[in-house]
Amino acid sequence: MKRVSFAHMGYSYLGFQQLVEDMGFEAIVPPHPSRATLDRGVTYAPEYACIPFKMVLGTYLEVLERGAQMIITSGGVGPCRAGLYGMMHEKILRNLGYDFEIFIFDPPLTGIWTFFLKLRRVLKTAGVSWLAFVDIVRRAWAKLKLLDELEQTATVIRPYEINKGETTRLFHQCLKLVEQARSMKEITAAREECISLLKNIPQDRTRRPLKIGIVGEIYVLLEPFMNLDIEKTLGEMGVITHRSIYLTQYTTTDVLSHGAQDVRQLAHPYLNQFVGGHGQNSVGETILYARNGFDGVIQVAPFTCIPEIVAKSILPRVSRDFGIPVLSLTIDEQTGRAGVETRLEAFVDLLRQRREQREAKRDAALLFGY
Amino acid sequence: MALHIGFPAALFYYSHFPFWLAFFNRLGIEVVQSPPTTKAILDDGSREAVADACIPIKLFHGHVLTLKDKVDAIFIPRMVRLNKYTTFCPKFLGLPDMVRASLANLPPIIDFKVDACRCMGGFWSICRGLAELLGFGLRQAWAAYLEARHHQNAYQKLLLAGYLPLQAMAKLKGEAVEGTVREGKLNLAVLGYPYQVYDQYISLDVIGKLKKMDVNVWTMEMVNPSRLYRLSGRIPKRLFWHYSNLVLGASYHYLQQQNIDGIIHITAFGCGPDAMVDKIMEMDIRRLSNGRLPFMSISIDEQTGDAGITTRLEAFIDMLLQRRGNG
Repeated sequence: MKRVSFAHMGYSYLGFQQLVEDMGFEAIVPPHPSRATLDRGVTYAPEYACIPFKMVLGTYLEVLERGAQMIITSGGVGPCRAGLYGMMHEKILRNLGYDFEIFIFDPPLTGIWTFFLKLRRVLKTAGVSWLAFVDIVRRAWAKLKLLDELEQTATVIRPYEINKGETTRLFHQCLKLVEQARSMKEITAAREECISLLKNIPQDRTRRPLKIGIVGEIYVLLEPFMNLDIEKTLGEMGVITHRSIYLTQYTTTDVLSHGAQDVRQLAHPYLNQFVGGHGQNSVGETILYARNGFDGVIQVAPFTCIPEIVAKSILPRVSRDFGIPVLSLTIDEQTGRAGVETRLEAFVDLLRQRREQREAKRDAALLFGY
Repeated sequence: MALHIGFPAALFYYSHFPFWLAFFNRLGIEVVQSPPTTKAILDDGSREAVADACIPIKLFHGHVLTLKDKVDAIFIPRMVRLNKYTTFCPKFLGLPDMVRASLANLPPIIDFKVDACRCMGGFWSICRGLAELLGFGLRQAWAAYLEARHHQNAYQKLLLAGYLPLQAMAKLKGEAVEGTVREGKLNLAVLGYPYQVYDQYISLDVIGKLKKMDVNVWTMEMVNPSRLYRLSGRIPKRLFWHYSNLVLGASYHYLQQQNIDGIIHITAFGCGPDAMVDKIMEMDIRRLSNGRLPFMSISIDEQTGDAGITTRLEAFIDMLLQRRGNG
């Protein structure tokens, strides 16, 4: 049985694990990214590669050592570097003497035929018919969607929780339930159980959490180790966060289609050009968050990420024009948790004060009419 | 009074300036180019640009600042594509927007999109649009475009003949420049993006230093771009960026040229595309030459010191000379 592995991104590994196992392969589940994984990646990666590249390289080194024979990953169309990462990873790993197969899937729209041929080769190795594959994908997709939904639910509940840390604990319990669910029926059942678990957390609904939108590069947004658990940290500070990217939503808008047009439209006056990755989205989404009454926006980007640098240089102006504070966090292998937490605390304090001032002004206006 | 258009002497300046100079001049427009880079220009740029940007982008902001009070408009085309294979680095794509967002009180910016893969004839559609914007007719635009192309071709010819960009521009203006005779002891290929290699201030004049050390310098501009593109197609997936393909192609080209003693790659700190280009060069030069051809990568930022670079170049050259003695 072929041992197959893939990159680790957020909680999506549960979906991919099921996909690979259902196809009849043995899944080598990549370990949760850790300091050690990152250090290994940093050793062999180019110095100025962004941190997702280093982390994924470290992950591949770990899964290859645990016996993976085949890696399945995604490609891309540029001009962001991530589209070349599959090729670079392969080159570096071969140079180090590893022997393995790698399948890099570019988005189907860029070449439906190559996509089809590659997929056919994978299916042939697996011995899975197209019909069976459709069902496998359907279930993996349902699982990925469920994972995204649970994450969202947890973020909305966390600021209200009475016992600090309970939401996170139950969320991890949910992950276990989701892991065991395999058939469509089981996944639906797991969904109901998880949602009720989360909804029944004792909450103090009199609190008035701030609302912060999170924009930026997909990998650091999706991988909690990379963004130093930004959603959990903010949630426990009493903030509802909304992340601009979820994997399933990203797949439907950006991989299988031409991207979220309305967000790009919004970005046009400030950045009138697609610059790869999520650069243009970050600008557009910030405007969207401002319009939807969010209190602030945090941009999370890997160090040397080119599209996000373009966005970062434009965001101060967007922030001024729309009156919404923006904090840019740049993440690299030296980023420390304490430093990030301090900055988040300061940002949240600033937003609280702004809200109080605004409300004081509003109250004063009411009095005047009285 | 003639219209004055500012042209920052950075980024694509070294690739396309003769074209735009001739085009605007023919239309009777005065082109004001920013002065050669100084510490003050770089410092101004670094202060205003976003901190994570690479040094060439910061420098560009500095050059725009030197022009902003002297001209009626600043020409910052949005370089997107020159052919159907590649785009420019995302920072080029967002350049006019970055400049506009970072610098205050700018004159109007002419930010025409250069997307030459959409139409035949390269820059023609952009030239037509530009001329229309500035109030010139189709006939004048065409004449200016032809003259611009003529100048650009002459420039390319000089580069292929072995002149460095600044020398070639001077020669086009009719100034006397030294020839391209090669009689140094060593032959080194110095590769990198033109805005990084030929800006004498930020590159710490690596080329001048090498020449003083009696080295023949070979650059990517001395090879036909179509050959560079062909060679850069060797890796399994073509790199996305225009200049990166040229640099990579040039390293394959000079790997094949028998008399080359070593390859130096000049890159900017934090340059996104170069993170890949440099690694590919390092691995492929070693592999394809069976470890025989020495390769050195020099990364430059605002803090890079002159003495450090000199020492590294001297050490590299000593090593090459010793190898030759032993061989």
